Amino acid sequence: MKAIYILCVRQLKRYVRSPARIIGSLGQPILFLVALGFGLRTMFARAGQGNYINFLSPGIVSMAILFNAVFSGIEIIWDRQFGFLKETLVAPVSRMEIVLGRMLGGAIVAFVQGVIVLVICLIAGFRITSSPYVWLTIVFMFLISLLFAGIGTVFGSVLQDMQGFPLIINFIIMPIFFFSGALFAANGLPKVLQLLLRLNPLSYGVDGLRGACSSVFAFGLMTDLAVSIVLTALLLAIGSYFFSKIQL
Amino acid sequence: MGEMIAVHDLVKNYGDFCAVNHISFTVPEGRIFGFLGPNGAGKTTTIKMLTTVLDPTSGSIRVNGHDPTREQKQVRRSFGIVFQDPSLDDELTAYENMDLHGILYGVPRGERHQRIDMLVDFVGLGERKKDLVKTFSGGMKRRLEVARALLHTPRILFLDEPTIGLDPQTRNHIWGYIQQLSKDEGVTVFFTTHYMDEADRVANEVGVIDHGKIVAQGSPAELKERTRCQNLEDAFIALTGHAIREEEANAIDRMRMMGRAWRGGGRR
Repeated sequence: MKAIYILCVRQLKRYVRSPARIIGSLGQPILFLVALGFGLRTMFARAGQGNYINFLSPGIVSMAILFNAVFSGIEIIWDRQFGFLKETLVAPVSRMEIVLGRMLGGAIVAFVQGVIVLVICLIAGFRITSSPYVWLTIVFMFLISLLFAGIGTVFGSVLQDMQGFPLIINFIIMPIFFFSGALFAANGLPKVLQLLLRLNPLSYGVDGLRGACSSVFAFGLMTDLAVSIVLTALLLAIGSYFFSKIQL
Repeated sequence: MGEMIAVHDLVKNYGDFCAVNHISFTVPEGRIFGFLGPNGAGKTTTIKMLTTVLDPTSGSIRVNGHDPTREQKQVRRSFGIVFQDPSLDDELTAYENMDLHGILYGVPRGERHQRIDMLVDFVGLGERKKDLVKTFSGGMKRRLEVARALLHTPRILFLDEPTIGLDPQTRNHIWGYIQQLSKDEGVTVFFTTHYMDEADRVANEVGVIDHGKIVAQGSPAELKERTRCQNLEDAFIALTGHAIREEEANAIDRMRMMGRAWRGGGRR
């Protein structure tokens, strides 16, 4: 247990000590929020869909979490290249403890980045509807963090170097973000894209988060919660499995 | 005195390539054992098997009386290791690196803090313990790694080319600590190096490995006598030949290369 704790603390320390990373990873979500949020606002309202910033903000928060969580998993590659990974792998603790500590640390970092982006969204005009679901905002944000820390861990364990990183970002993470309902709703999309959206693990987190903020759930609260929890548990298990297979 | 390391008929194959070919040797407790060999001879592969990170193809290993494949935790608690490449977290301070190690190895808090202070002083880094490791020179990092490897009071210390790329002053310092440790606390030391003068000076016994086989074993004096050479470097060359070895990627690198080709990833 202590090993999980200290490896988690290590990641938080690294995060806090790297203001460049904190600020740098805010750039993309803010860009999307400002460019799309303000750019498409009138069009969205004219189409009778209401306030786009309110629709978009949960998606932008999810985006910040998605990228940070995947990135923290991919940090395994850095630790492999800078050698620290070896230090943990020869220690008399199980791989399970090591990977849980890493995933938890990565998830907390991603969650905190999500909170920062949420605050920025509120400043930009995002309004949360007060409802009995509001507390679920935190739950969904943390579930998304854990889920994608697990996915990041899979990539970090399988990739040997940073060469594959752009591949993962452009062909997996970007599509996951774009077809998650973060930017637009599922209804009215071509059937194929609707299916894609339904198969996307992030869709349920985004919908859950949006529902928690607006009390309107497209898939239903129970579906969002159940799917997110099951997928998170599954991905944590898959992430641990791949990590346990790392060869030095 | 018991045997701290006992290797019997050890084999490691990667596909058709035999990295370690039926080697046997023992290292008695409290001795300093130098494991020498040209590049690609099988040194690092052997250390990996001794330190539980690689499973042998066949043969048996006992480290502090335990089997590295079946009793990983007991084996891991018995040794400290300084790897060939750095293995510190640059974003943490020297103290934090030590503390993290102590927690991973289950050293109780009071003892941990006391030993960290003692060890960072021992390697001459007491003044710098609150500084981030990324501000350290190569030699300071190495010294910190030696201190860290000793934190959980291991019975065996593995050192894989611990002095590579260090100036003579730092090398002398590091070997000074290690010899003192071996003398005072009876820690068994197993090291590899390419510096033969170093091996000659500090090792009680050396084993020479080439092409995965042990070609000679004995004290440096015995090896020099047997080969009728003045110094260990000449003895080493007499035993392993003049041919320069291709700086071949080590076995794991080869495996990764295969894996990458398979998955269609890029080259490093």
